[in-house]
Amino acid sequence: MAINRQTDRQVKGIRMMLGEIGRPVRLMEVCGTHTVSIFRHGLRGMFEGIRFLSGPGCPVCVTSSEDVDRAVLISREPGVILATFGDMMRVPGSLGNLDYARACGADVRIVYSALDALRMARAERTRRVVFFSTGFETTAPGAAAIIHEARKEGIKNFSVYSVHKLVPPALRALLSTPGLDVDGFLLPGHVSTIIGARPYEFIAADKGKPAVIAGFSAEDIISATLMLLGQMRQGRAAVEVQYQTAVRAEGNPKALALMEEFFEPASANWRGIGTIPASGLGIREGFSGFDAAKVFAGVLGGMERAGAASSEPPGCSCGDVLRGLKIPAECRLFGKKCTPESPVGACMVSTEGSCAAYYKYGGPGR
Amino acid sequence: MCLAIPSRIIEKNGFEATVDVYGARRKISLMLLPEEAAVGEYVLVHAGFAIQKVEEDAASDALGFIEEILRALEAEEA
Repeated sequence: MAINRQTDRQVKGIRMMLGEIGRPVRLMEVCGTHTVSIFRHGLRGMFEGIRFLSGPGCPVCVTSSEDVDRAVLISREPGVILATFGDMMRVPGSLGNLDYARACGADVRIVYSALDALRMARAERTRRVVFFSTGFETTAPGAAAIIHEARKEGIKNFSVYSVHKLVPPALRALLSTPGLDVDGFLLPGHVSTIIGARPYEFIAADKGKPAVIAGFSAEDIISATLMLLGQMRQGRAAVEVQYQTAVRAEGNPKALALMEEFFEPASANWRGIGTIPASGLGIREGFSGFDAAKVFAGVLGGMERAGAASSEPPGCSCGDVLRGLKIPAECRLFGKKCTPESPVGACMVSTEGSCAAYYKYGGPGR
Repeated sequence: MCLAIPSRIIEKNGFEATVDVYGARRKISLMLLPEEAAVGEYVLVHAGFAIQKVEEDAASDALGFIEEILRALEAEEA
């Protein structure tokens, strides 16, 4: 990576501070996009003394096997078009993945935006279009926006299956994990564009850990790392924003208001981690006509009959990897039974999953 | 999945806009944008929605803060 003078000074600053702190520092990058950027720019090897741990911030990776099974069951219903983001196609469920469902005749379509799913519903009035909606707070406002539009236009053949998840409750749960050894957090940039900095206050105030909301370039991550070490050196903990061009303290009020109107906090099942109360988003009672979980309640009630099993694949350490307890190479399936071509766990499926990133940039031996 | 890309607005019609992203044109929605953005201005786009206006030359408090950390370190070293 080409380093400009300013960044060069920061790199030197980080090395000096590491010398002063005098012990290895463990930083968790919560967001999958950060994981990829850290690997791509070779930042993992740049600082002896810093270990970057990947957190639960890849929404594809944390979508549970059960939720994939539910999407598969819905896609098999007559007249249904199931629309979803491309990353979701290969996420394993116990009934196979959505790619397999499509190969078996289900009409599963990849969309770039939630808006595309709504367009399909407008164009094909005789079909039932279901948007399998995944992602964190960055993506959820778009899902709220299309429900708003569908309602305004009186579109009846459209619903959303929401498996949206929320970052702060997951971090709260993570911070209570026994054995968790993390000195500070690089917080996600674009999730924070929506929610702002305040929802993370507990990390510093209650748990005493430094946290910095970071942008995605190598320079951003180096700056944010310097800010984290700066807090550690001064023995203080605060939530600071490095990514000031995109993040305001109050977030995006318009997006938050739309989310609030159509969604309510719901307990959510995180792959490999388990159920965390109020860590997901369900569609509010008043809009159940747009809630695929209600519209297809009959089908979803027959999960066991359809042969769906709720357990995760045996031997998969995804849960420990997502909590920073293990690095991918410490999983016995990594690079052997589990590869990007033939993934066992979801962390190997998404390009933003820690296992896939380790495999691609670190090689199977690392 | 949570990456948003800075894009320049080249056309605007109510809540719909066409943006230029690294030379490609895309239709996006401005429904989630908390403030007005005019043609020629930049917005961060995620999955078809503009989620924030970005100033090209946004003054960054973080940079000032980082400068302070570095100065302190370098002064101690000297």
